[in-house]
Amino acid sequence: MTVTTAVTRSADPPRTRVERLADFADSRFGAATAVKAGARKIFPDHWSFMLGEVALYSFVILILSGVFLTFWYVPSASLVEYEGPYEPLQGLVVSESYESTVNLSWDVRGGLFMRQVHHWAALIFVAATVVHMMRVFFTGAFRKPREMNWVIGVLLALLAIVEGFAGYSLPDDLLSGTGLRIASAIILAIPIVGSYLSFFVFGGEFPGEDFIPRLYTVHVLLVPGIMLALIAVHLFLVVLHKHTQYPGPGRTNQNVVGYPLLPVYVAKAGGFFFIVFGVVALMAATMQINPIWAYGPYDPSPITAGSQPDWYMGFLDGAVRTIPGWEVVLFGEWTLSLNILIPALVLPGLMTVVLVAYPWLEQWVTGDDREHHLLDRPRNVPTRTGLGVMALTFYALLWANGGNDIIAHFLNLSINDLTWFTRIALFVLPPLAFLVTKRICLGLQRRDREKVLHGRETGEVYRLATGEVLERHEPLSPEERWLLVQHDGYLPLEPGPATDANGVRRRGARLDGLRHRLSSFYFGDAVPPVTPHELAQAEAHHHALDGHGAAAGNGHPAVTRGGPPDDADGVLARDPSPAGVGSAPGHSGAAQSGEVREGGSTRA
Amino acid sequence: MSRIAPGGASQDEQSDASGRTVAVADAAGLPERFENPGLPEHRPRLADIDRKAARRAELSVAVMFLLSMVGTVVTIVGYFAFRLDEPTSGELAWSNRTIGLGLFLTIFFIGMGAVQWAKTLMPDHEQIEERHSVESTPETKSAAAGILREGVDDSGIRRRPLILGSLAGALALAPLPALVLLKDLGPNPGNKLRETLWGPGVRAIVDPTKTPLRPEEIQLGQIVHILPEQLGIEPDEGRTEGLEYLNEKAKAAAIVIRLEEGEVPAAARAGAYGGLVAYSKVCTHMGCSVALYEQVTHHLLCPCHQSTFDVLDNCRVIFGPAARALPQLPVGVDDEGYLVATEGFAEPVGPSFWERGDT
Amino acid sequence: MTSLFRYRRHRLALPALLLAGLIVAGTGYAAVLPSAGATDRGPNEFTAEQIEDGRELFLANCATCHGLDAEGGTTDGDGKVSGPSLIGVGAASVDFQVGTGRMPLQASGPQAPERAPQFSLEETRALAAYVASLAPGPGIPEDRWLDPEQGDVAEGGEIFRTNCAMCHNFFGNGGALTEGKYAPAIDSEPVHTYEAMVTGPQNMPVFSDDVLTPEQKRDVIAFLEYAQAEPAPGGLSLGAIGPVSEGLIAWIVGIGGLVALAVWLGARAS
Repeated sequence: MTVTTAVTRSADPPRTRVERLADFADSRFGAATAVKAGARKIFPDHWSFMLGEVALYSFVILILSGVFLTFWYVPSASLVEYEGPYEPLQGLVVSESYESTVNLSWDVRGGLFMRQVHHWAALIFVAATVVHMMRVFFTGAFRKPREMNWVIGVLLALLAIVEGFAGYSLPDDLLSGTGLRIASAIILAIPIVGSYLSFFVFGGEFPGEDFIPRLYTVHVLLVPGIMLALIAVHLFLVVLHKHTQYPGPGRTNQNVVGYPLLPVYVAKAGGFFFIVFGVVALMAATMQINPIWAYGPYDPSPITAGSQPDWYMGFLDGAVRTIPGWEVVLFGEWTLSLNILIPALVLPGLMTVVLVAYPWLEQWVTGDDREHHLLDRPRNVPTRTGLGVMALTFYALLWANGGNDIIAHFLNLSINDLTWFTRIALFVLPPLAFLVTKRICLGLQRRDREKVLHGRETGEVYRLATGEVLERHEPLSPEERWLLVQHDGYLPLEPGPATDANGVRRRGARLDGLRHRLSSFYFGDAVPPVTPHELAQAEAHHHALDGHGAAAGNGHPAVTRGGPPDDADGVLARDPSPAGVGSAPGHSGAAQSGEVREGGSTRA
Repeated sequence: MSRIAPGGASQDEQSDASGRTVAVADAAGLPERFENPGLPEHRPRLADIDRKAARRAELSVAVMFLLSMVGTVVTIVGYFAFRLDEPTSGELAWSNRTIGLGLFLTIFFIGMGAVQWAKTLMPDHEQIEERHSVESTPETKSAAAGILREGVDDSGIRRRPLILGSLAGALALAPLPALVLLKDLGPNPGNKLRETLWGPGVRAIVDPTKTPLRPEEIQLGQIVHILPEQLGIEPDEGRTEGLEYLNEKAKAAAIVIRLEEGEVPAAARAGAYGGLVAYSKVCTHMGCSVALYEQVTHHLLCPCHQSTFDVLDNCRVIFGPAARALPQLPVGVDDEGYLVATEGFAEPVGPSFWERGDT
Repeated sequence: MTSLFRYRRHRLALPALLLAGLIVAGTGYAAVLPSAGATDRGPNEFTAEQIEDGRELFLANCATCHGLDAEGGTTDGDGKVSGPSLIGVGAASVDFQVGTGRMPLQASGPQAPERAPQFSLEETRALAAYVASLAPGPGIPEDRWLDPEQGDVAEGGEIFRTNCAMCHNFFGNGGALTEGKYAPAIDSEPVHTYEAMVTGPQNMPVFSDDVLTPEQKRDVIAFLEYAQAEPAPGGLSLGAIGPVSEGLIAWIVGIGGLVALAVWLGARAS
């Protein structure tokens, strides 16, 4: 007995081509659900959010141009005689990797262009990563729930630097080979295992024949693979958490204000990829980069003046140039090369640890573990901004010293003076930068207060009958004012009780003292935002000064805002919307001063 | 938990659909904090209200896309127009410039067109989307906890410590072969770092011309870059001669300088030949070639990190991050009058390593 | 002649006569005067007259620092000489230092910079003749060693990278030495390049003709000619000093340009 089952047909068979395509995608992938959820997703709009995109798009450009290069580049240290068109190399015995790179440049149409695209894109990739990281830091976008994304970002930055170093060492030219020599010295300097590790990595002595092919695998397969995976997680988290947004009228911690993915961001963000690619292409078309034929093949004997790594390794080179010749020999047998270990291993290690740990450090000091989706204006977090500028100053000093011989040559200075300057400035300038930055932030915050309380200076000057000359101030609109008053005014953490209920010393009590001091450092000097009460007082003060109000032409227009009776510009809500907003009483505790607030997540 | 000052922000404040916030009024009837005024009024763009402006915008977008098409043509024409047949620098420059600028036009103006389109013509009304808390609801959390508990219980791992223990042991040991399998990446260093091709009677040859050297050919104030005579072959012949050419060169590169006989430092006199002193060229800091010789000051400078060595003081370090003096290569002449090494280096050349010690 | 005589009262008659007179006097004088750089003489064959002229020039311009007998300037108590001895430096040294304007030294500093030459070619040769007459020393190179066309660019490149690039950079664009000294960018004439190699001016070491033969020096000159003359195939060379200028451009042009475009992208259209 056969059993037949009727095949169910969908209610409306698709007719047009578009409908058939949509049906294809939906019945196999459930595309309609994805479209419903995602196609009109809102993203906030600010140019500083594009910095991460510059990095992402540069990465794509690197992969595209890199694949092109792999079709011609030969990762081999075998020696061949150069027989190409570049005169100064003719007849020279060089490695195949060098020869294939020179041929890529001189024999393959578009080859030189692609090499230059690849190298310019690499420099821009790391630069964009750094600038993006700075934006995330100064606006506090690394706070909960985005701490792990910050960690992934730091890892991506480190991997990008390693990847770049590996990439420009592949052609085996004089300049990058010198860099590899320095890398082998760093490995040699590692205590106990250094010489073994160096021989494993290079397959024997330096330079050996194994390193270029191994570097190729690292550069083309390993690191890009890891980076792709990390970038995927990085972007997934951005979608999961939704992008942060700058504070402003209409923007709260519970919403995202912006434009939909389709069509605005498909056009803008998609278009921006082509713009980034276009800028890189323009640079590759007009400006020469990494002319390896001119450097010559790597040979351990010759060397060029101006031996520097690419810019993103510059801070390490500068650190190595700054440090004095500290070397310790233990018991006459074991050599500890502090002059290499400190700048080349300890320093970047410490920097990484501090960067990775910072979100949790700040959370511990401030006690703020709420979800944050609104960004900080840097002036409203003066200590964090100051610390960031301090770190950048330190970094910039090391970076500059990496090029001290070029600077000396072009500015007629002495490399010895520059090195000594850096040695001292490394300890003097960063704290100075911190103080100056913090003061500037506090000054800007005070100016914001002034603007809210007294309005914007219009530049219009008028004269009273009594001879007094005054300037008319225009009060801020509610939208303008909101940006200047929306931030939190924090107070430092108080230490908890020293003993618990039974009189026993509470665990963590000692750390509390440190936490209180750090918290005071972090939040002391805080400039609180203006409250409606203060504004009303200021306006009352203006009226008192007037005597005759607007009629006297003293420049202060009749106050139309402030107290409850006259609410022309909506300081108070007209009525709470019934759409699941919840009522005020739930927050009565918040308005009272002096209460310790429970941290917690927000509910939409 | 931070204490928030009077008038501090309450990020837990509810907001309505337009982003305006509600807060409690204080005793005077004023709210504690200012409230979010909600989205500002939408200002239309020129292209939204003026039909002609919209047409102009549309035209500008089309022009950009057109420029992209022009670029494609330029790229393809340029590719075929400039053949790279033993090109001169100038010919290569033209090929690069044309293909490059063509591709720039192609790519850049697709992007510019798309962005201009979005900016001027696509609707720019700001829209609002609600965020959901990242944290799950308590119900979901307890449900998840229950599921996990159930799953772990089903696995029985808690009730069977033997499984747990042996599993932990297996997982802990499993990665070890990964380390061991990499052992054949390279040989052990052995004595390699302490040996160079220099030895008694090894002739010096000029780098890179590979000719032998006589002391009288070197004038006062001259520096000659030298290699041991075994490296007088082409690099690719190294294999047949039984040596790794570049590896040996990396250790054996040396320099010979002529000083006045009276200037030769006491510590170097034994290895000097008249006023000629020879030293390793491999920087004791990180291995770059210490090749910059200042004839008047008698200083040797390494270009990588500016370590400076004083030849008049047996190449002691006088500035920079290097810690050790350059090892001296004792020199003399053989019976044909050519410059030779009388001994090898008395200590390892180049960068320091853990086992180097004071020798 | 009669036809010309008719124009004796022409207003241009006097200027024309003066011009004719000048031409006659000038060419006559030049024909009678012996030429300084006669082509039938080698570069290091000087006349007694040149040596004498050179001595006078020396006494007037150089003796204050280099001593009346060119044996070096007087010490000023702390062992420093105002100018080294020129005995044995040879015509090549003088031709280089004076020909590139380094000497006479205008101001003290870490080293003598290249400047516009302060003496004419003849005066320079005279000075060279005088110094060469004091003691044997490196001579001015013959023309055949200065022709880049005859040099091997590849050989020259190898020699340059081993012997010169560490101070002067891979393409001769210059580099820093210690204490504010520097190796300058090389854009001199082949004769001066040769002379610098053979005499080792100031802190530059000597490259004797025995070790670096005249053919090899010519190869170096050929390589430098190539490096300076050939356009950069990738576009603007950015100074050809390596990654420092490239990084600067990547930040200023690349990131700067992209940030500007991002700002434009995010800005409201009017």
